[in-house]
Amino acid sequence: MDFTVGVLLGTFLLSIAALFIFIWSMAQGLFGSGTAAATEIFAVNELGAVEDPAATPEQQSGLQREMSGPGVTAPRMDLAETEARSRADQSTSLVVGVALTLAVIWLVLASFAGLISSIKLHEPDWWVQYEWLTFGRIRPIHLNLVAYGWCSLAGIGVAIWLIPRLLKTELVGAKYALIGGALWSIGVFAGTVAIATGHSDGLEWLEYPWQIDILLVIGGALVGLPLWLTLLQRKVKHLYVSVWYIGAGLLWFPALFLIANVPGLHFGVQQATMNWWFGHNVLGLWFTPIGLAASYYFIPKVLGKPIHSYNLSLLGFWSLAFFYSQVGGHHLIGGPVPSWLVTISIVQSMMMVIPVFAVAVNQHMTVLGNFRALAYSPTLRFIVLGAMMYTAASVQGSLEALRAVNTVTHFTHYTIAHAHLGLYGFFSMVMFGSIYFIMPRVMNWEWPYPKLISLHFWLVLIGFAIYFIWLSIGGWLQGLAMLDANTTFMQSVKLTLPYLQARSIGGGLMTLGHLVFAAHFFAMGWKFGPKRLGATLLSQQLLQRMFGKGVAA
Amino acid sequence: MSAGKKSFWEMDELRLVTGAMVILGGATGLLVVMPYLLLENVRPPVGLKPYTSDQLIGRQSYIANGCVYCHSQQPRDIKQAPDATRGWGRASVAADYAYDTPHLLGTMRTGPDLLNIGARQPSKDWQLGHLYQPRAYTPGSIMPSYPYLFELRQGAAKAGETVVNLPPGLTQPGQVVVAKPEALALVSYLLSLDRTYPALPPLPSMPVAPTPDKDKP
Repeated sequence: MDFTVGVLLGTFLLSIAALFIFIWSMAQGLFGSGTAAATEIFAVNELGAVEDPAATPEQQSGLQREMSGPGVTAPRMDLAETEARSRADQSTSLVVGVALTLAVIWLVLASFAGLISSIKLHEPDWWVQYEWLTFGRIRPIHLNLVAYGWCSLAGIGVAIWLIPRLLKTELVGAKYALIGGALWSIGVFAGTVAIATGHSDGLEWLEYPWQIDILLVIGGALVGLPLWLTLLQRKVKHLYVSVWYIGAGLLWFPALFLIANVPGLHFGVQQATMNWWFGHNVLGLWFTPIGLAASYYFIPKVLGKPIHSYNLSLLGFWSLAFFYSQVGGHHLIGGPVPSWLVTISIVQSMMMVIPVFAVAVNQHMTVLGNFRALAYSPTLRFIVLGAMMYTAASVQGSLEALRAVNTVTHFTHYTIAHAHLGLYGFFSMVMFGSIYFIMPRVMNWEWPYPKLISLHFWLVLIGFAIYFIWLSIGGWLQGLAMLDANTTFMQSVKLTLPYLQARSIGGGLMTLGHLVFAAHFFAMGWKFGPKRLGATLLSQQLLQRMFGKGVAA
Repeated sequence: MSAGKKSFWEMDELRLVTGAMVILGGATGLLVVMPYLLLENVRPPVGLKPYTSDQLIGRQSYIANGCVYCHSQQPRDIKQAPDATRGWGRASVAADYAYDTPHLLGTMRTGPDLLNIGARQPSKDWQLGHLYQPRAYTPGSIMPSYPYLFELRQGAAKAGETVVNLPPGLTQPGQVVVAKPEALALVSYLLSLDRTYPALPPLPSMPVAPTPDKDKP
């Protein structure tokens, strides 16, 4: 038997076997509703109590009314457990505060880099005199600031904050994470300067020179260390879903980034396959796990009810790891690479429907019937929207990998729109929601201007809708024009112009939303606004114990 | 929490780490190591010359200025897309990239494919002028202009300098546009992009008689 046929057949059989296991386990009723592990994130007596530190007192009571019905008071947490959780939160507050602050700064810079890139595509003679602002530099600066600045540091901050809560203990080794985060940020800064001055490695997603990559590998590993140290001290019996995703993500990233950046190892077309093995894995095995970990925690936590099915999340996790890690080759359809490799990646891209379905059922079924909760909880609004975008981006991605669709969309702006649906619509939205939940706990201070949260939400939602819809249409038309031999290439360029302009408008609104978010973030940092401790602290009892009676009005 | 019985699927640290790393290892083997083994012995085609040092400097400039974000270097097969009809060349094969590290296959066609730009547009003057102001050559182009690769100067050029031959209207009377060394290197790289030789080595001209022994090739 031919070698490549063997590989193909093997992969096919594995995928089919996975499908059968899925069907079998469905039939066995393994996906019934929650087991003990699903309730591991709640304290005794906490089920049924909503939690959203970003909500105003009115929103809080509205949320509780929505979840437990009128006239029912929320269950009261045991005081010892409340204190333990408070200590867990305090153990991370410094490192999480630092990571999220850096993330927000990178977000603002990245937004401007993106907006400038976008405008340059329809105003090609704008700001051309500066080398570092040329499209070919400011665009990768945007990508890297988003990926390694905003998304990674926000993800690290959220992950570290979640770890002690998930393991019901205090964070061990916070200093390693602090050093790791610092090295990482220095790396992002140095990498940005390297691209701006023309010292890029030339590979998409891997532009930073290898000397700088060392900082990210060591930084990433150091950030992961507290997770493993804390795991050894865990006080929970079951590892909740979010722990698997965070643990695996923190292992995968340093490994991926290290292999991808070994200088002098990769060559020619092999380097291209490596490039997209990395490029898709950094999404699938780094950002996606962190984003899913956050939504698997916050959706049930805010609503005060466990996720729909624990077993389904188990299937979702392993199938995501297996299928997602092999989809990279779909970026090279039609390229000069071995065709078995492309075929495997297309098959696995389609198989991604399984983990996506698992996550979608699990998360959406948890929210189902309580959609009014979104009106009361700012955290949930961002995260549930993000979870929906995850489903949409994943299904779109699977379809885009099909040869017939890919022939149209490859090399066009359609792909750019899709990438933003994943990293912005899904990941960034989940991070926004998480940060709104986390920061009041980190700062012991409420969000000073709740209206700004709504403003942020609507600006980025409308901005992103404009961005995504118009760029997708423009990209598709561009692809059709390029496939038509009777259309000149310049026609395919000219027809995209109105769509590129619409993208700049959408991107402008998103940037504005980020400025609102950042201003609010720093206003909180400087403790502006009324001090409404009531909603911020974990419980009235604890509040009374700490501050005496009379404070908690 | 109730029963002491542990589910077969229960996750613990060991399962998590082993499972995660085994799966990643498998994917890496498939997408990184296997292509490595399959492609490491690919020899450069007869028609492909290694880059000269000047061309390599130009290639570095192509990377530094991010040309790859708008230009692919991988024409597709005519059965998939009319790339050849547009004059972009035959479908490329792995051997065409024997000297290409880092690879510059690209993912966007905001501009045209460039794997054969040297064959399609062999004029140095055109390439230099087009970098200085693309819209003077291709109306409606959205490629950035690169004034920082050139020097706009009052008066004449010095000996040994390359004056760019521009269409009228781009400079004031008495001004010249001098190409900086980076621009010259970049253009010499662009002109070297020519994979118009056949993808497969020519077949031996002598017809080979069929051998009765079928086991031997």
